[in-house]
Amino acid sequence: MHKSLLIDPEKCTSCLQCEMACSFEHEGVFNPAKSRIKIFEFEHGRRAIPYTCTQCAEAWCLYACPVEAISLNMETGAKEVAEDVCVGCKVCTIACPFGTINYNQDTGKVIKCDLCGGDPQCAAACPTGAITYVDADWTGYDRMREWAQKTHSQPSA
Amino acid sequence: MKHVIIGAGPAGIIAAETLRRADPRSTVTVVGDEPEPPYSRMAIPYLLTGSIGDAGTHLRRGADHFAKLAVDIRRDRATGVDVGDRRVALAGGGHLDYDRLLIASGSHAVRPPIAGMDLQGVENCWTLADARRVAAGARAGARVVLMGAGFIGCIVLEALAKRGVELTVIEMGERMLPRMMDDVGGEMIKRWCESKGVRVLTGARVGAVSAADGGLELALDSGESLRAELVVCATGVSPNVDFLADTAVRIEDGVLVDEYLCSSVADVYAAGDVAQGPDFSTGERRVHAIQPTASEHGRIAALNMAGGRTRFRGSLSMNVLNTLGLVSSSFGLWMGAEGGETARAADAERFRYLRLEFQADRLVGALALGLTQHVGVIRGLIQTRVRLGQWKPQLLRDPLLVMDAYLDCTRRRA
Repeated sequence: MHKSLLIDPEKCTSCLQCEMACSFEHEGVFNPAKSRIKIFEFEHGRRAIPYTCTQCAEAWCLYACPVEAISLNMETGAKEVAEDVCVGCKVCTIACPFGTINYNQDTGKVIKCDLCGGDPQCAAACPTGAITYVDADWTGYDRMREWAQKTHSQPSA
Repeated sequence: MKHVIIGAGPAGIIAAETLRRADPRSTVTVVGDEPEPPYSRMAIPYLLTGSIGDAGTHLRRGADHFAKLAVDIRRDRATGVDVGDRRVALAGGGHLDYDRLLIASGSHAVRPPIAGMDLQGVENCWTLADARRVAAGARAGARVVLMGAGFIGCIVLEALAKRGVELTVIEMGERMLPRMMDDVGGEMIKRWCESKGVRVLTGARVGAVSAADGGLELALDSGESLRAELVVCATGVSPNVDFLADTAVRIEDGVLVDEYLCSSVADVYAAGDVAQGPDFSTGERRVHAIQPTASEHGRIAALNMAGGRTRFRGSLSMNVLNTLGLVSSSFGLWMGAEGGETARAADAERFRYLRLEFQADRLVGALALGLTQHVGVIRGLIQTRVRLGQWKPQLLRDPLLVMDAYLDCTRRRA
């Protein structure tokens, strides 16, 4: 069974350890601006939401890519960008309705969460358990899925 | 079941792969008329800059990809369709019988009716073959005139500039990207290009092109004349529908299709640039010649050709563009909706701009300039018709809060 990132915003203290760990794992520097997971703060910092790709089944980014640069890692379920294939056209960045695949001006390629190949460093770095790596059918992940599916459907109103 | 697909671009290829999965025992034949493996036009600018080779433009890796799927890719061109006998006539003299047909023949570049557009040194930049000719002519230091500053023109613009040519852009419209940007955004992009050494003439027309001193001379309506070694024409594209002229397949701006991607003739479907299908924003039928629509059309058309009944909810017009490092994007009804409201935040100094369009408390369109992070949520908000509630007045005051609004609204709903 695939595992996925489970995010519990209630436990997030906005310490940015996840962003640091992500940036270091992928870019080799401690720079939150280069992280693939982002903490969004609300109510003047009283509330924070860690936000990253849910590896959704619809895989909008993967299907939108014109050069097959995004593929499914069968082991982890992550949709991964092959940097040497990505041309930097950015179509995936507008196709993903979650905004979780983004253009990196420095490299001219797009970046997204790849679950660090099955050992996500954001979860490892999180000191409060706001980000954990658990079996995919476990909890709130399904809500994200449900949400993903709504992009397919007409409004009920 | 015999499936025939006319066109080997993204719509046709995705349809072929989907058919193979959804209808494993069928035969799938794709007819493409270009002398290349199936490739993406989206990748052409990166070929021009030299950051990829030919293989980097290919839709699929692996020489045996299609053979392994038992998808027959034929190099030929459809010249006619007999929808009664269910038969496609081919330029090579043969024909293909079909049970279900997909028209995914795409579009071709069109040149304006101006004297001299047929001279040597005037090129389109639409196919890989065009791109190779443009690359040969766009040597560092060469004088190049780019006609047309629409989406395709602007994509090519970046590639030409990177090749170090002396570049002049001529756009007939009053601003750059007249169908993707408003005045504010178009003006910013123009000023950005000029700051990078590209000359941009908007509201300008070429009266005639003539041969001069081994190169070309362009006479503008303004009276000015320009010299160039290469003229790149990016003034528009038009759907490839000529081969359907004698059929009952209804055509307006493209092949009219219903929400199942079926044309007016049973068992004849259409997808991609050639299809005029349901528009998510208006409910009308529009040609959306963009990669995401080609991909969605191809997949859904194939599911229906395989005997399914999958409804297409409409395509969202959207584009993303990099103009010499300035990234812009547009979504849906960016020009505004009737009875709607507009929010704008512009920082001309830093080349940043965000325009949001609302109808009641829903986002229906947007333009973004200089913003690259999380722009996808704009599509999410539009296409899921999220009710913004209390966030709408806040966004009218400060549209840059759109990500906050997205997270808050989706978390409440989830």
